[in-house]
Amino acid sequence: MKLASRALAEMPVKARTGITGFDDITAGGLPRGRSTLLLGGPGSGKTIFAVQFLVHGAQHEKEPGIFVAFEESPRQIVRNMAGFGWQLEPLLRKKLFFMDAQLKPEIIQSGSFDLSGMLAALAVKARQMGARRIVFDALDIVLALLPDAASQRREVYRLHEWLVEHEFTGLITAKDGGDEATAPGLKQFGFMQFMLDCAVILNHRVDHGVSQRNLRVQKYRGSSFSEDESPFVIGSGGLDVAIARTLGRADAAVSLERVSSGVERLDTMLGGGYYRGASILITGYPGTAKTTLGGAFAEAACKRGERTVYVSFDSDGAEMMRNLTSVGIHLGRFAKSGMLRVISARTISGSAETLLVRIKALAREHKARCLVIDPVSTLARAGNELTAHGVAERLIDWAKADGITLVCTSLIDERANHVNDGIPLHVSTLADTWINLNYLLQAGERNRAMSIIKSRGTAHSNQVRELILSKSGVTLADIYTAGGEVLMGTLRWEKESAQRVADEVAEVGGQLQRVTLDAEEAVLEVRVRSLQKELMAKQVERRLLDRTTETREDELSRGRKRMRELRGADIAVPEAK
Amino acid sequence: MTRKGTFNFRLFVADQTQNSVQAEANLTAFCRQYLPDRHHIEVVDVLREPKRALDDGIFMTPTLVVLAPAPIRRIVGTLSQTLTILQTLKLDNQAA
Repeated sequence: MKLASRALAEMPVKARTGITGFDDITAGGLPRGRSTLLLGGPGSGKTIFAVQFLVHGAQHEKEPGIFVAFEESPRQIVRNMAGFGWQLEPLLRKKLFFMDAQLKPEIIQSGSFDLSGMLAALAVKARQMGARRIVFDALDIVLALLPDAASQRREVYRLHEWLVEHEFTGLITAKDGGDEATAPGLKQFGFMQFMLDCAVILNHRVDHGVSQRNLRVQKYRGSSFSEDESPFVIGSGGLDVAIARTLGRADAAVSLERVSSGVERLDTMLGGGYYRGASILITGYPGTAKTTLGGAFAEAACKRGERTVYVSFDSDGAEMMRNLTSVGIHLGRFAKSGMLRVISARTISGSAETLLVRIKALAREHKARCLVIDPVSTLARAGNELTAHGVAERLIDWAKADGITLVCTSLIDERANHVNDGIPLHVSTLADTWINLNYLLQAGERNRAMSIIKSRGTAHSNQVRELILSKSGVTLADIYTAGGEVLMGTLRWEKESAQRVADEVAEVGGQLQRVTLDAEEAVLEVRVRSLQKELMAKQVERRLLDRTTETREDELSRGRKRMRELRGADIAVPEAK
Repeated sequence: MTRKGTFNFRLFVADQTQNSVQAEANLTAFCRQYLPDRHHIEVVDVLREPKRALDDGIFMTPTLVVLAPAPIRRIVGTLSQTLTILQTLKLDNQAA
């Protein structure tokens, strides 16, 4: 075969499993040409893991595989795997072979045995089909028949040697209590973990009735790997391992583009809106209009023609849309046109991990650019307290990597202690923008106050604004501070109108004063003119008087002279007395 | 319960491994003691004829296939417990 003839050195060191997340944890997959042990309890997903590994090899890596089934019949396995959409049937002809190695109940055992027969038969089959990957499923069943630990060890060693000799990438699954059973002696086949090159443990536990699955790479000779437990779910496409922040993924496209929050003044407060691809957290007590802000964002996104997914955990999707109509947010038409996809997830139960996987799948399916999760605190429901934080982290991580603008609302539990702001998920540290909604109880009113607690990379207003919901939409209003107190609602309105009245009064007063002064001026002017007239009159009178006096005196002197002349008196007549 | 007729055995072994050698020796001794002149043994080395192991679905060696008398039975292991073999072949009344 083509691949078999190639020197091992030329091949990549690792064989990809095609399991989402697992190849990231192990930096490439299982050790090629070596053997890996997959341990887990019943129902932990060992067989699915193994089949997925083979299917991926056969379909995408040109590595046909053989599945040795010790426990289930091949037909059963194929039927069980049908749900994952892997299309096993076409592979079964040449690229994937299921070997029925079930121990028939009629088999009688007498004394020790070994696996040489199987390995010899396998070698023939592998050569026939050019197989490169071999899975031994439920090897523990065979090992349990061996009389002592030494024989068991010998057979595992034989298997390992055989795999290495033929340069097969081997995967051996075995039942085990998983990490729960760490006490020595509880692990039946603990020696296998020492002998093989790589060990992966699948854990399955139930917290508060919620199933939690975890995968952990216990050892990996010659390779670095993520040592932590990683949650996984068995989804529609097989295993889906949740990976925490993978190194080297910081290259997610960082955008300077701003997208509207759907509230005009909020955009202004943020210096232009949210960043594209940012994660926004809106926190608040029940009824503080978190959903409204989420809805406003969704509406704005749809108006821009961006495909949007709205996940509503609290209320039914249709109900949520109806309620938003009352504040002027109309999502109905976008839902109808397919731009918006509203998911009512109230009834979806399961682990936080499951929810995340479903949200991711839905968002991918919808090709969403914007995503609203209302509220994200649902992830921390009973049974998920431990995992929810990690899930929220990965949610943000994933949204960033995919360039999705994410708006999460989060309920603040009023009963929670406020040491951590009462936010159960501590998402606040991860979110790029954190908007807090609050109530202000004052003068018998409850008013909504909004403030931006943080917004990375954007200048943002430090002001508290009052959030006003009305039929025409969501608006923000300045609030008044008076005497060290913030005024909102009616008090703000009163303050505003008082101010208006005062302004008017001042204006009118000014006008009145001007008019009065004008009048006084006019009066004075009039008086000045009349006085002048009077003066002129007096002067005339005076002149008249002067003239009259003169004329009389003239008349008098003339009269005396005439009399004397008439009397003919002596010239030297003395003055009559 | 004894039936006249030949016992037809096929023993799958893996070369000269300890278990296989033991099984062959045990089977020969058993036949000599309990089935003199009433047996036929075919030894198949899976390392030399792996195709036959595949066809017969042999995964563990040594495996003794009792082809006749019917029904076909399989005994896995070194055949060290004579009683088990006698019981399997329904010869246990002879063992006493």
